[in-house]
Amino acid sequence: MRRKHDKRMIISIASGKGGTGKTLVATSLALSLKEENKVQLLDCDVEEPNDHIFIKPDFGYQEKVSIPIPRVDKAKCTYCGKCAEVCAYNAIAVIKENVLVFPELCHGCGACSYLCPEAAISEEDREIGIVEIGSSQGIDFVHGKLNVGEMMAPPIIRQVKTHINPKSIVIIDVSPGTSCPVVESVKGSDFCLLVTEPTPFGLNDLILAVQVTRELNIPCGVILNRAGVGDGKVAEYCLKEGIPVLRVIPLDTEIAVLYSKGIPLVEGIPKWKEDFLHVFNKVKELVNERSSGTQRQGRNRED
Amino acid sequence: MKEVVVLSGKGGTGKTSIVGSFAATAESKVLADCDVDAADLHLLLSPKIKEEHEFWSGQVAFIDEEKCTQCGLCQDVCHFEAIEDFKVDPVSCEGCGFCYHVCPADAVTMNECLAGHWFIADTRYGSLAHAKLGIAQENSGKLVALVRQQAKLIAEKQGLDYIITDGPPGIGCPVISSLSGANLALLVTEPTLSGIHDLERVLGTCNHFGVPTLVCINKYDINDENTHQIESYCFSQGVQVASKIPFDNVVTKALVQGLPVVEYSRGRVAEEIERLWQVVAKALST
Repeated sequence: MRRKHDKRMIISIASGKGGTGKTLVATSLALSLKEENKVQLLDCDVEEPNDHIFIKPDFGYQEKVSIPIPRVDKAKCTYCGKCAEVCAYNAIAVIKENVLVFPELCHGCGACSYLCPEAAISEEDREIGIVEIGSSQGIDFVHGKLNVGEMMAPPIIRQVKTHINPKSIVIIDVSPGTSCPVVESVKGSDFCLLVTEPTPFGLNDLILAVQVTRELNIPCGVILNRAGVGDGKVAEYCLKEGIPVLRVIPLDTEIAVLYSKGIPLVEGIPKWKEDFLHVFNKVKELVNERSSGTQRQGRNRED
Repeated sequence: MKEVVVLSGKGGTGKTSIVGSFAATAESKVLADCDVDAADLHLLLSPKIKEEHEFWSGQVAFIDEEKCTQCGLCQDVCHFEAIEDFKVDPVSCEGCGFCYHVCPADAVTMNECLAGHWFIADTRYGSLAHAKLGIAQENSGKLVALVRQQAKLIAEKQGLDYIITDGPPGIGCPVISSLSGANLALLVTEPTLSGIHDLERVLGTCNHFGVPTLVCINKYDINDENTHQIESYCFSQGVQVASKIPFDNVVTKALVQGLPVVEYSRGRVAEEIERLWQVVAKALST
């Protein structure tokens, strides 16, 4: 039964550093929640998506992701150079009586075609990737794939996120790093789980990831993976910054072997299911606390 | 002068640990850390920064409330849904300037962004070019290109033989920017199904841009079957598996001490990485 204060929840799984266990956490969290809840898993690491290896979804359908690039009608073009002047990405150049378009540089903003005084530029779609939609064991699954050789991940991430089902708990697996693809994926989440490891690399990149969540005003918590080897500095940092460590996963050969075979942790070792449910309940508490806190603040202001 | 870029597709396969050890092994080289949004190489090399520069790149739109007539044209034309209630969301704005060009009231200005910083540093193994992209900033590809260009200038000035570049994970913009024009890409993978999947995509990217490749299987003994699969795949693609590095906690222990593993211990991991550098150097000289 859904209680009144239950709201839909979007949880993104990010990390800064790659290979810390985002995929492990995203897939295990989704599989743990699916029995009691409607769950949707979105893999927004469109450069290197891996969740499907673990979830093994049947893909019902596929969409192409395209960006509009300019096509110049040479019969109408007067080579005035306006298009090249307005393009912020140097994706179109006018050289004497020739217009050159560099499709890989084009962001598809549409300025050149709109501003061409001769209406000589139309837009044509250029495919840069695909989005696949399917399901597996009761989990709704969507992922995006950037075509090999293409630069721009954000348009694909945006299209994956158009499939968000507001009635589900939504889990978003994010690419490593801190730049545009990460921001595009995490934006709009209610909570961000940051997966890290207890090493200097893990700590350095966790600090960067925390800055991203603060910039976007999204509350975060940490999952510390491969605990046992390494040092205590990640835990110290979290304590100092008031960031909750929601789960510690030990460095364990059995876990590593399951991962290497594409077997989700909670399928290989079912007792972990309870731990992931516990993580989810804590996240829910933290989100609810925060939203009632903001409401209270809002009311105080009105008073 | 020859440049090798170390890539992996999947993150966390050991790129930076290997590059750190190459730094301690190779002679006559400059280092470049091109993972500009989560740079880690400096943690192994304790660099002393000699030069720090601002990286200004890209633009973001700003709407002057007083001039704005709320006609809504900017919102209609924006392809990135970056304008709402006549305010620009700087995170969504891609700096295309469409709104600036169409605004009938001249209420939009385009402001340059301080998108990060780049550095030239001295390390005990030679010079390092590295950078820090601002939080949630765009244009990582341009910053990567700048770091590589600086490394090249250093190599030219000092007459060095090698540029060793630590690349970012993934296959998109910053990866393509670290890859284009390099002499060789060393692809570090691991024997997991994810590692194999991602290797195929990053290899495809290298092939697309015509950069020759070598493969290194890190932690090869955590799954023999998968390692065998990677070897057959590489054979079928005509790519040499240059090295198989065993799994050993010594790599993490070295990292905690802030040292490249070849400097921290004399074991089979250290020996294998030293051997790998010889293979890479040989491939670069042909």
